[in-house]
Amino acid sequence: MSEKAAAASKSFFTPFNVVAGIIVIIGLILTALRFTGGLAAVTNLSDYNPWGIWIGFDLLVGVALAAGGFVTSAAVYLFGMKRYHSAVRPAILTGFLGYALVVLALNYDVGRPWRLPYPFVIQQGTTSVLFEVAACVALYLAVLFIEFSPAALEWLGLRKARRIVVKLTLLLTIFGVVLSTLHQSSLGALFLIAPSKLHPLWYSPYIPIYFFITSIIAGLSMVIFESTLSYRYLSHKMDETHLKEKNDVTLGFGKAASYVLAGYFAIKVIGISAGNHWHLLGTSYGLWFLVELFGFVALPCFLYAVGVRDKNLKLIRWTAVLALLGIILNRFNVCLIAFNWHLPSSERYFPHWMEIGISVFIVTIGVIFYKFIVTRMPILYKHPEYSDSH
Amino acid sequence: MDGTFYTLQEFMTYTEGVTYILILAILLGMLGFWIFLVERDEN
Amino acid sequence: MSISRRKFLGWMGAAGLGTAFGSPAHAAANKHFKGYPESLGVLFDNMLCIGCRNCEAGCNKVNELPPPDRPFDDLTVLSKKRRTNTKVFTVVNRYDHFKGIKNPLFRKIQCNHCLEPACASACFVRAFTKTKEGPVTYDPSVCVGCRYCMIACPFEIPTYEYDEPLTPRIRKCTMCQPRIIDGKLPGCVEICPTEALSFGKRGDLIKIARERIKKYPDRYVDHIYGEHEMGGTSWLYLSGVPFKELAMREDLGVTPAPELTAGALSAVPMVAGLWPVLLTGLYAVSKRKEKIAKIEQQQAIASTLEKANAEAESKLSKALAKAQKEKAAAISKEVKKALEEAKKTQEKEGS
Ligand code: SF4
Ligand code: SF4
Ligand code: SF4
Repeated sequence: MSEKAAAASKSFFTPFNVVAGIIVIIGLILTALRFTGGLAAVTNLSDYNPWGIWIGFDLLVGVALAAGGFVTSAAVYLFGMKRYHSAVRPAILTGFLGYALVVLALNYDVGRPWRLPYPFVIQQGTTSVLFEVAACVALYLAVLFIEFSPAALEWLGLRKARRIVVKLTLLLTIFGVVLSTLHQSSLGALFLIAPSKLHPLWYSPYIPIYFFITSIIAGLSMVIFESTLSYRYLSHKMDETHLKEKNDVTLGFGKAASYVLAGYFAIKVIGISAGNHWHLLGTSYGLWFLVELFGFVALPCFLYAVGVRDKNLKLIRWTAVLALLGIILNRFNVCLIAFNWHLPSSERYFPHWMEIGISVFIVTIGVIFYKFIVTRMPILYKHPEYSDSH
Repeated sequence: MDGTFYTLQEFMTYTEGVTYILILAILLGMLGFWIFLVERDEN
Repeated sequence: MSISRRKFLGWMGAAGLGTAFGSPAHAAANKHFKGYPESLGVLFDNMLCIGCRNCEAGCNKVNELPPPDRPFDDLTVLSKKRRTNTKVFTVVNRYDHFKGIKNPLFRKIQCNHCLEPACASACFVRAFTKTKEGPVTYDPSVCVGCRYCMIACPFEIPTYEYDEPLTPRIRKCTMCQPRIIDGKLPGCVEICPTEALSFGKRGDLIKIARERIKKYPDRYVDHIYGEHEMGGTSWLYLSGVPFKELAMREDLGVTPAPELTAGALSAVPMVAGLWPVLLTGLYAVSKRKEKIAKIEQQQAIASTLEKANAEAESKLSKALAKAQKEKAAAISKEVKKALEEAKKTQEKEGS
């Protein structure tokens, strides 16, 4: 396997490069269509359905899955769980790339992307939840960039700059957690203004808290998922500490995810009770809600627990996938499936293949960048010249 | 504006605007105060 | 209370904060926002509407909108449910077969110009303004095109120019704000051949509507749609049948839109103010634990080192005593061995 990989790396046309190349070419064509024909040319959006998967997936899911950065850095730098130290850099990198891609995706979705700074520099719509989301995402992207920069600075050999940034670690971590708390929850709060459009089982005054808690679950699961993938494909880039701590990280994060899921299950039930929506559980939307609650909250919670008790790393890794699917399902439900549930099916939204194409294109860009950075910069290993803990 | 807010929307635009400015001030202030607080701690 | 309040304000004024805090402090006294006094509105009475589509034509003309798909005198379009879009700011839909009413009823759709507009609350560049005259206006020169206003509007009014690649705008009824300021009637109201549309101060319109309900209790349902819906709207509706049957939502509630998000927004400064305290505290605790653990570890190392040293020494002296009885060559060999052993243990413990 490693021989093959080594041989293939000599040629440019590895399977990865070919597939990624095709996706990028299609993506560029779709991009041209979007910016010449408008949203109508590539999306199924309508006056009833102003937000599609570019918001539901690229923004909501993207930000949730990028939560690994704040979760891991908080665990290591604030709660003193030093044994997960090797997970910090990959998590920060995924977070940074995730947010960068979210912003990239927004450039496709909004009508006049060059006006994205307007809410801050021209006129502040302070009553808008979106204002807060935009402010926090912008600031957090900057924080993640600085948090990620030591790896790049080590790569470039800029010692002085690196030393300054490393000194800021604690401050940046705290700031990152504050910003993440705010915007992860506010993505849920975006829907508070539309009680008449979101199905009551998903609409809840607690929705900001639900979004925040699920982002922690997403962050923990994403770290597990991502470390599995990079071990499979990039293990030659990992140093001894990373390899040694990897299983520890999987076990510890699996345990944390299980317990957070349990708490989330509890507050979801409270939500039904607080709104007195028990009777809705018997409807078709109610059944769908139960599928989400039991299939994608209770089940991963239980499987994580079994995996942790039996030290079954494989089970934990598969459970991470299930938990991540649950997060995606939840965001889709809130933004697309249970949203506009009152409309007749002819008015409902289903994504155009070109919308999906752009989303796949953007994710692919993320994977390409991840691979580029991880194979060059000290992410999965410690730079030998900087052995002090960073 | 003649000093009275006629709509909740207008009122909130104003108060939230002030709040955001205060948040920035608070974050900076907390940082400064923390430094003041631990400055003389020996390591 | 009033004295201390005045004193407080005086103090604020002295501090030079009069403009920044003085006036809002006054405003903060009104906890209930009633909207702009004397603001204008339109009352639509569906018992007087004949479904002629003249308002659609009038709106098209005054707003200089592109020509319609089907001419305005073609009434066959009424049989299909239509909605407003970027080229049509108002539509009239027909609803048939009501018990006890011979004729079909019509419903005119356009922006309701809410007193507390959800679109304005949602917009992060404040592109929408509730004007003191009544209309909710939109400013395309700041709009980013995020379409959150469309998510927010409970009446599904804002529409978006999806086919514009670079300069899409939100489009919706303006309540003919420019005409109103000039003292003219909104285009649709002006052209309406019956009394189905009446323009005036919202307060007066509510009185008129009440009177009609009182005068003809059998004709109208006892509800003025828009008086309280979503905190009230500038457009008001009277109907001969429950509004539900005209596909107008009666489950919107009376909470003004900004209130729906006020709670979440008010949590923001709490998180920003207290999270740093909490997180720094957690950090301090974990660091303290680490420090204690380190000290304990050091002590443990020191004591084992001492023990090892003592052991090594006693071993050494024993070996020496033994050696005296033996040959000189054996002495040096033994000593070397013991020394080496001691060094090894020391290294091991100390590392
Ligand atoms: S009806 Fe909709 S678009 Fe019109 S003012 Fe109200 S919220 Fe805004
Ligand atoms: S689309 Fe324009 S008007 Fe609507 S919320 Fe976004 S920026 Fe405001
Ligand atoms: S008020 Fe003006 S913009 Fe609105 S529907 Fe009537 S004519 Fe059209």
